[in-house]
Amino acid sequence: MISRRDLLKAAGATVAGAAATSEAAGVVRDDSERRNFNTGEHQPSLPLEALTADEADLLTAIATRLIPADALGPGAVEAGAIAYLDRALAGALAPQRDAYRRGLAALERYARSSRGRPFRELATVDQDSLLIDVETGSATGSGAGFDGSSAAFFAMLKGHIWQGTFGDPFYGGNRGYIGWDLLGYPGVRTVVTADDQRLGAVPTPLRRSAYDGDLFHKATASTAPSRPGSHGDDA
Amino acid sequence: MATTLKGTDVVIIGLGAAGGIAALPLAEAGLQVIGLEAGTWLSRRDFAPDEIRNNVRDWPQAVQKANREVPTHRLNSQTPTTRAASHPMMNGVGGTTLHYWAQSWRLNPWDFRVVSETTRRYGASRLPAGSTVEDWPFGYEELEPYYDKVEWETGVSGKAGNIQGTRDPRGNVFEGPRQRDYPMPPLRGTGFTDLMAAAARGLGWTPFPGPAQINSRSFQNRSACMYHGFCNRGGCHVDAKNGTATTTIPRAQATGRFAVVTRAHVTTIDVDAKGRVSAVRYVTDGEEFIQPAKVVLLAAYTYENTRLLLLSSSRAFPNGLSNNHGQVGRHYFSHAQGGGVSALFPFNLNTWYGLPAQGMAVDEFADDNFDHGGLDFIGGGNLWVYADRRPIAAASMSTFGLAPTWGSAWKAFVKTNVDRVNTAYLQKTTLPYEGNVLDLDPQIRDPLGFPVCRITADFRDNERRIHEYIQERMEQWYRAAGAIAIQRNPLGTMGPSTHSYGGTRMGDNPETNVVNRWGFSHEVPNLGVLGGSVMGTSGSRNPTLTMQALAWRTADHLVQHWKAIAE
Repeated sequence: MISRRDLLKAAGATVAGAAATSEAAGVVRDDSERRNFNTGEHQPSLPLEALTADEADLLTAIATRLIPADALGPGAVEAGAIAYLDRALAGALAPQRDAYRRGLAALERYARSSRGRPFRELATVDQDSLLIDVETGSATGSGAGFDGSSAAFFAMLKGHIWQGTFGDPFYGGNRGYIGWDLLGYPGVRTVVTADDQRLGAVPTPLRRSAYDGDLFHKATASTAPSRPGSHGDDA
Repeated sequence: MATTLKGTDVVIIGLGAAGGIAALPLAEAGLQVIGLEAGTWLSRRDFAPDEIRNNVRDWPQAVQKANREVPTHRLNSQTPTTRAASHPMMNGVGGTTLHYWAQSWRLNPWDFRVVSETTRRYGASRLPAGSTVEDWPFGYEELEPYYDKVEWETGVSGKAGNIQGTRDPRGNVFEGPRQRDYPMPPLRGTGFTDLMAAAARGLGWTPFPGPAQINSRSFQNRSACMYHGFCNRGGCHVDAKNGTATTTIPRAQATGRFAVVTRAHVTTIDVDAKGRVSAVRYVTDGEEFIQPAKVVLLAAYTYENTRLLLLSSSRAFPNGLSNNHGQVGRHYFSHAQGGGVSALFPFNLNTWYGLPAQGMAVDEFADDNFDHGGLDFIGGGNLWVYADRRPIAAASMSTFGLAPTWGSAWKAFVKTNVDRVNTAYLQKTTLPYEGNVLDLDPQIRDPLGFPVCRITADFRDNERRIHEYIQERMEQWYRAAGAIAIQRNPLGTMGPSTHSYGGTRMGDNPETNVVNRWGFSHEVPNLGVLGGSVMGTSGSRNPTLTMQALAWRTADHLVQHWKAIAE
């Protein structure tokens, strides 16, 4: 059984651990830094917080295929999804930093072994077919060395790119509300009228973060990775 | 060295939906009550409309207790054990009533008498094989006054469908008789829910707006709902959601006899030489405290209720507190609430705002509201459609096999269809079975070194058949409203859930139940248990209001029989 001393020691460690992780989460930013992300300008040369330059370049190439800039407008990269991911991996998503290191290396090995070139040097059609292999798990067991199924890495990556494209700009993505404009999302409102909810209504897009206007304490969040496929719809 | 604190009348472990209710009648009756809560106070400034924090990064688990004790799950003793990354429930004053959907249903009278009513109408052979289901020790009518009390004391919006036997099709005509209407009218309809209601009427059904513990107009000096769309795993920024943190808990505090202790991580419940509970031990910031009490009410939610009992072993209770009959952990089930149906419409629904409790229900296929004579299951499901859409989840929508899931073709699909999809929430009758149990995991421990709860449970044929039947009904409803594509989602598993039941079931027979009809242990007279863990059937709807009515009833019983129970 557990002795009293062990119990208290463990409790102390828990508390210390909690303090360390909330500090490491680092989600809270001062406004001056946040404003830089809200301008909608492409800022490729921002200093990276977690990713290496090579990793950021590879992620940029992948994100360009996942949500491309095209006739319908800008895509994930223009929205700042890589900046979002980089910052998150230095904070709230830090526990997944290693999964990126290993997953990106495996994807690059798979590009060379299956397509004969680094991912970024492939034609877009080959990049897409490679990403389909990774998405469907076909790149699993290829010698590339994905941890478990390549599909799990793809699902994690896709989830984070979507967060960086469609999430609140407070977190560094969705620059210039590119993501919300693509969806036609009319934005964060604190008051919604009956008219806003009728069929055929098109509420005027409000372009603001949840934290503009100082109504709310700045975000804090657990460092637990979100459940795969979960959008937190718990009744 | 543990610090022993001054004794009190009652300690409540956990100040969520159930414990936060019980505090009020106890304190109002003059008892000294201490509430031990693992989380902290949160206020409206903490409730930002932030999808990344709330929904993606599990803000509800901001206080890391439950999240470090996530139960493990296996389907049966032959299958591997898995563990989810996060716990669906939260710690905090108010508990999960801070972030829940706030749907506030009464169970149907049938849910209290599944065994006798099934036997009467269809014959005993129709009871599912292997089920350990029993009739509740009392009927709906016994709980009705407590349902009424909670609805009026906390504030529930809705439209009655059955007042003292007089049916009203604007409400749920299948509900049991209630003594009066709700204290507030229903949350308002939307263009989308109006569309769905018209389609249901066209099918001959009687759609109605469901009940919600949310203010449809200002109530008790708190604001009406602003319908802003971040209710789902978010707290209310105007205190219009009537969780216990804004209703019963502050009113209990105002009596001067209820003390809230936050960040109290309860580890064990102590018993004295006579086998009565004597104190609760908890740890705050690494320091251990012993809180003596005449009565302990355990209200830490299904998994932790069971775990704390199993961890509190003693000479009198070698297999865990109140477990000399081996019933702690038995009759577990989590609600068959997965397996929704998604529909794609050829026009925009404008469901960017609104909340999950602002919806339209159909109850024709719930409980025993329809003839099961030609069917191969008992029970049924409630159909629920609602408006609730947030951008990241919206952009992650199904493409119904009509487009790829990324790339330019996906982008074009989503741009057109993102506001044309809706997913129904289908809650179905779920029963307890032999072999579906909670116990302590033999391997996984929490940071204090205690084993976490282990779930061994799976749905059986009855739940799977209801799931198929209800998905068909839901598809019929969506098609009638004009949907052009349908996707049926899988039922899921009985892993950690916001709707979990059993483990300390309530019943008259101590051989098959942990607590008696009043919620007090058959074996430990001054230990009460509150929450879904005492419920023996789920019904086809959210459990919170029933947990709260039961909690009020247990507290009332304690007040009326204080000397017999406490001394």
